[in-house]
Amino acid sequence: MNLDSFIDWILLPLIKIGILFGLLSLVIAYLTLLERKIIAFMQVRLGPMRVGPHGLLQPIADGIKLMLKEDIVPSRADKIVFTLAPVITLIPAFIVFAVIPFGPRSIHIPGFTIPGLNVQVAERTTGFFITDLNIGLLYVLAVSSIGILGIILGGWASNSKYPLLGALRSAAQMVSYEVALGFSIMGVLMMAGTLSLVEIVNAQKNAGAWYVFLQPVGFILFFICGVAETNRAPFDLPEAESELVAGFHTEYSGFRFSLFFLAEYAAMIVVSSMAVTLFWGGWLRPFPNIAALGFLGLVPGFLWFALKVLVFLYFYLWFRASWPRYRYDQLMKIGWQVLMPIAIANVIVTAVLVLWLGGSR
Amino acid sequence: MGNSVLLAYIPIFIFMAIAFLFPIVTLFVAKLIRPNSGGEAKLSPYECGVDPDSDARQRYAIRYYVVAILFVIFDVETVFLFPWAIIYKQLAFFGLMEMLVFLGILIVGYVWIIKKGALDWA
Repeated sequence: MNLDSFIDWILLPLIKIGILFGLLSLVIAYLTLLERKIIAFMQVRLGPMRVGPHGLLQPIADGIKLMLKEDIVPSRADKIVFTLAPVITLIPAFIVFAVIPFGPRSIHIPGFTIPGLNVQVAERTTGFFITDLNIGLLYVLAVSSIGILGIILGGWASNSKYPLLGALRSAAQMVSYEVALGFSIMGVLMMAGTLSLVEIVNAQKNAGAWYVFLQPVGFILFFICGVAETNRAPFDLPEAESELVAGFHTEYSGFRFSLFFLAEYAAMIVVSSMAVTLFWGGWLRPFPNIAALGFLGLVPGFLWFALKVLVFLYFYLWFRASWPRYRYDQLMKIGWQVLMPIAIANVIVTAVLVLWLGGSR
Repeated sequence: MGNSVLLAYIPIFIFMAIAFLFPIVTLFVAKLIRPNSGGEAKLSPYECGVDPDSDARQRYAIRYYVVAILFVIFDVETVFLFPWAIIYKQLAFFGLMEMLVFLGILIVGYVWIIKKGALDWA
């Protein structure tokens, strides 16, 4: 492996992974604060106020608290699986971010010579993403599904009734909504003709419109399924505290619990990022092809991306504050008997329209 | 560059290694600073204060198996549709017909499943 490929495939990704990991931990930490604050304001409360100004240091205090808490492994639990389960949930939740394009391929690094060694480093351009797989979307779907395994293992290994019930519910729910989720993005794939997430955003630029305007039904389906996949309200049955205590992580305490927690919030960010990438133009500014609005392009792409993701994260919190939880039979019915037929119909209608409009152009 | 398709996976493996190290390091650090008193009552499974009288791993509803089987069927269907959707513009009319036949068969199965009540939870 020569120097150039070393820089391209190991050094630069390593730097980006470091930055991403730091940013991600920060965003997740403050997302928990944001959640408490927003829900508090919606309920005319103040939320955390004690730690730091307006509770701004609350996430740090929470983190330290979780580190200092006793870590209980129940005596009846399967020790190895119990330990492994949160790790299995956490890893996929993080590595999904490897293919999400936060911005365009526009970071320009000028060429330079390493002093002393007299080695010439060529100039190169890199992007605001760790890697651009040609099967990026499949990778996201495949890797994010692995998280379910950790939840099932965690519930099973606890050898306690509530976690087991929670894990079963969780698995059945995620599996049910996975199907409709797969169908809901088919329309985007038909129009973009690629699985690479970077290329899907570029295709939206070429099409002159974000895909949400061409695929409104697909987007709504995607986001509903995404909320259900992440086990968030109003689909938070696996953790329904009024009937299942805390669901699959009832027996988890201390930092092990917070690994599940991190994975859940990372998954929320993934779903929001995917919604933005597939349907809301990724890093593109609004109206990407109207030159008169060129001043919007002064805002860097990754900021547009962050802004859009933030909107979807806000939706998540808004849902939680607004809607009561579904009953389990309603949940399964919505997944299989409402979303599935709509999603299949959406695929067929899109297929006909793509052919019809594509032919006349 | 032909092998850049495969090289693009290197960053993912690096990321995987870092994501694997993160929980291990943090759990190890937490182990050093947290208390560890234990105790029989504390280590017993949580059942709202009642001593658990039986193993938690009992039989559970057959519905879960049915859902799991249906998931496999329909998810394989979506996996088949992915490559089709990618080259749909090239396939054009032929692709549309092909997909309608494929989906048609599955829709028949889907209607049958609903009629049989396999998806009724209550």
